[in-house]
Amino acid sequence: MIDQTFVDLSRWQFAAVAMYHFLFVPLTLGLSWILVIMESVYVMTGKEVYRDMSRFWTKLFAINFALGVTTGLTMEFQFGTNWAYYSHYVGDVFGAPLAIEGLMAFFLESTFVGLLLLGRDRLTKVKYLGVVFMTALGTNLSALWILVANGWMQNPVGAEFSAETMRMEMTDFWAVLFNPVAQVKFIHTVAAGYVTASMFVIGISAWYILKGRDLAFAKRSFAVAAGFGLASALSVIVLGDESGYELGDVQKMKLAAIEAEWHTQQAPANFNVIALPDQENRTNRFEIQIPWAMGLIATRSLDKEVPGITELVAKNEIRVRSGITAYATLEKLRAGDKSEATRSLFDQHKRDLGYGLLLKRYVEDPAKASEEQIKKAAWDSVPYVPYLFWSFRIMVGLGFAMLGMFGLSFYLLARGRLEQNRWLLHLLVWSIPLPWLACELGWFVAEYGRQPWAIGEVLPTFLATSALTTTDIITSMAAYLVFYSVLLAIEMYLMFRFARLGPSSLHTGRYHHERGAPMTARFQPAE
Amino acid sequence: MLDYETLKLVWWVLVGVLLIGFAIADGMDMGVGMLLPFLGKNDAERRVIINTVGPHWDGNQVWLITAGGAIFAAWPAVYAAAFSGFYLAMLLVLVALFFRPVGFDYRSKLENPKWRNAWDWGLFVGGLVPALIFGVAFGNLLQGVPFHLDRFLKPHFEGSFIWALLPLLNPFALLAGAISVAMLALHGALWLQMRADTVIADRARSAIGSLGLVVPAAFALGGIWLWLGIDGYRIVSEPAHSALPNPLAKEVVRAAGAWFDIYAKLPVAMLLPITGLLMPLAARQLSRAGRPGIGFVASSLGMTGIIGTAGAAMFPFLLPSSTQPNASLTVWDAASSHLTLKIMFFAVLIFLPIVLAYTLWAYRAMWGRVTLAQIEANKHSAY
Repeated sequence: MIDQTFVDLSRWQFAAVAMYHFLFVPLTLGLSWILVIMESVYVMTGKEVYRDMSRFWTKLFAINFALGVTTGLTMEFQFGTNWAYYSHYVGDVFGAPLAIEGLMAFFLESTFVGLLLLGRDRLTKVKYLGVVFMTALGTNLSALWILVANGWMQNPVGAEFSAETMRMEMTDFWAVLFNPVAQVKFIHTVAAGYVTASMFVIGISAWYILKGRDLAFAKRSFAVAAGFGLASALSVIVLGDESGYELGDVQKMKLAAIEAEWHTQQAPANFNVIALPDQENRTNRFEIQIPWAMGLIATRSLDKEVPGITELVAKNEIRVRSGITAYATLEKLRAGDKSEATRSLFDQHKRDLGYGLLLKRYVEDPAKASEEQIKKAAWDSVPYVPYLFWSFRIMVGLGFAMLGMFGLSFYLLARGRLEQNRWLLHLLVWSIPLPWLACELGWFVAEYGRQPWAIGEVLPTFLATSALTTTDIITSMAAYLVFYSVLLAIEMYLMFRFARLGPSSLHTGRYHHERGAPMTARFQPAE
Repeated sequence: MLDYETLKLVWWVLVGVLLIGFAIADGMDMGVGMLLPFLGKNDAERRVIINTVGPHWDGNQVWLITAGGAIFAAWPAVYAAAFSGFYLAMLLVLVALFFRPVGFDYRSKLENPKWRNAWDWGLFVGGLVPALIFGVAFGNLLQGVPFHLDRFLKPHFEGSFIWALLPLLNPFALLAGAISVAMLALHGALWLQMRADTVIADRARSAIGSLGLVVPAAFALGGIWLWLGIDGYRIVSEPAHSALPNPLAKEVVRAAGAWFDIYAKLPVAMLLPITGLLMPLAARQLSRAGRPGIGFVASSLGMTGIIGTAGAAMFPFLLPSSTQPNASLTVWDAASSHLTLKIMFFAVLIFLPIVLAYTLWAYRAMWGRVTLAQIEANKHSAY
């Protein structure tokens, strides 16, 4: 029987190490391109301040990057250590993008990051710019491949279950690579990374401006971040909307849960801006709606319906019943039955095998499931609505808030009225954590919204674990928590220290904290 | 040409290449990490040592990550059974590896001597522990691992928590761990003799004097022990090699000397242990003669011989099961589908040469001896 405590602990551990890893990833994704921009301007104009900008932000990049690498190591092996059955069941498909990620992306970013940090004096300006570019390309390519892998978990295309090998096998690599979910998520995710890095740079630069320090340096950094951030925030939102459309197409249950749409509405469906979803009674206790909005987002039409949770569950119940047949015939095939009839019956039902497996939570043999258990299994296909509903809305709200901040910053900077609007500078400093919150919530929506599946409609999460004990998981969880907390504390300490020091940490003699620098250089005017 | 059986064999070679690549590249900086607190007597010397590998350790580590990914893609059953079976051992490896990225990058960011000394020991742990455990893991593979597969092919293990970990640390496995540690330390020392300030290079040279003897001696001892004391595994009957992978369809027996079957079938395989024995000695001689560069190549060949010996001895086994020998995972029945193996083969064919090309470019760009004077001149930007 399934040990739910063990499954929950495994899930907590994965969620913790993955979300912890993603504290460091988005800044790497975006800051690497900001470095490319700064270094390019330096190469083109030869102005020292741009080299200093590139060098200083590289220092902060490195502090963050170190923990990205550290926590990334865990991720590479986490599937094997804690999700052994998952690894066996889908490794044939899921392993390939991970391996290609290593070959194509990790080698690139990790080889060039060494030169980025330590090779400036050894290379010509143009070659060094090439190094910065290759690092950025490598980090972003790694995001591509991991999202191809993740997109396949959401929408497992290009693969088929094989009864002989008892696992999913790849049938079409290009379908896996060009999985629409993967493509949309990739751009949404990297753009979110660009927003994160822009917020980071603009917030810290705003702080220097507030302090009246190193203004030439700070304002140029501010300008780069404002422009990059504005473009990125726009694309995050547009691509987020595209994700919504994709969900309406392939992950209908996740969409219905995010929207707390308990019943199919008449087309075009309304969008719940605010609601109090009540999972137990399968209804919302309170709703404020925008008419038609959801129909437009999810179907790009005024006449197509967006199916509601109850209607989807009714369909899933049929699939659970079909899955029982799939499971029973699979047992026969595994036992050596070679008859044509069994084979063709299995082929008819095998796309519902995953739904049959949902019953394994209640009975060892799905064929013996009671009516009540079948209904329960069908309702298990609904993730917990209130968490998704609110996480999604907070994420979107943060996205729009950041778009507004970048837009205003850009406008005021262009009009030369930045310093008169100190409230905005203060707001930017305090907003530095917001993109991280939005990113984590986004992943929460994506992955919690995938539940109860490890692989959408193929493999339930509770079957995907390793055959370990709760003691094992508690031990590893404790080790990760202790090490990660200590490392995070050290990272934050260094980050704050160097951010406060600012470009003075470069020891060029030109910046604020360096005694002996001439006054004009220390307090040079903005332009 | 690329039929299923051939590809299964090719992937055995490719994973071998990735693991050997890991030993040659990352093994070098792990060896350097192990030697760091001993060959560097003060902060400046230790910074010299760290900066010989500073720009490269991260790229080198990707050999391990890619090998992990490749095992996932090519042998999902092995990835599943091995990493969950060696759960706590793997946790130790990961935790030890955590010290490296932060150790390299954060150590010289603050001036406090206690801070720096602590990270130096962190880098030592980050070099020693993974090297030891990977060796121990190989030692256990040669003895068989207590796992079995249920009818849905989920792997299960004997014991849990510390009761699963302790039996892994048996004497033969510890010897294998010692071989691994010594060979990486030798490799790292050759690197330091070649790339570090002469003060450190001289110390590295004298360390090589003993390491160059320990490695072949321990390796030879391991071979004798394996011959006299460890039962191998042998396939008695099995489905065609090109069949769809089913790890429960074959019959396997344990037999004394079975790990030496390969030399009867393929005498040329003798070259592997011979290389593993002679090359560390050659590296030692070259180091004495003041040619650590060629010595480094010799040491790389030596590791290829040693890892190759273990791999070839077990062939076609990847993960022999001591509790249900028939469920042992082999090259033939733990592989991915034909299509996946084919796609991944082309991915390696295209990307590995590109990786090697820019890796060599990166090493060339940073080439030259790292001196104490250089560290002094770049104390705010160097590691």
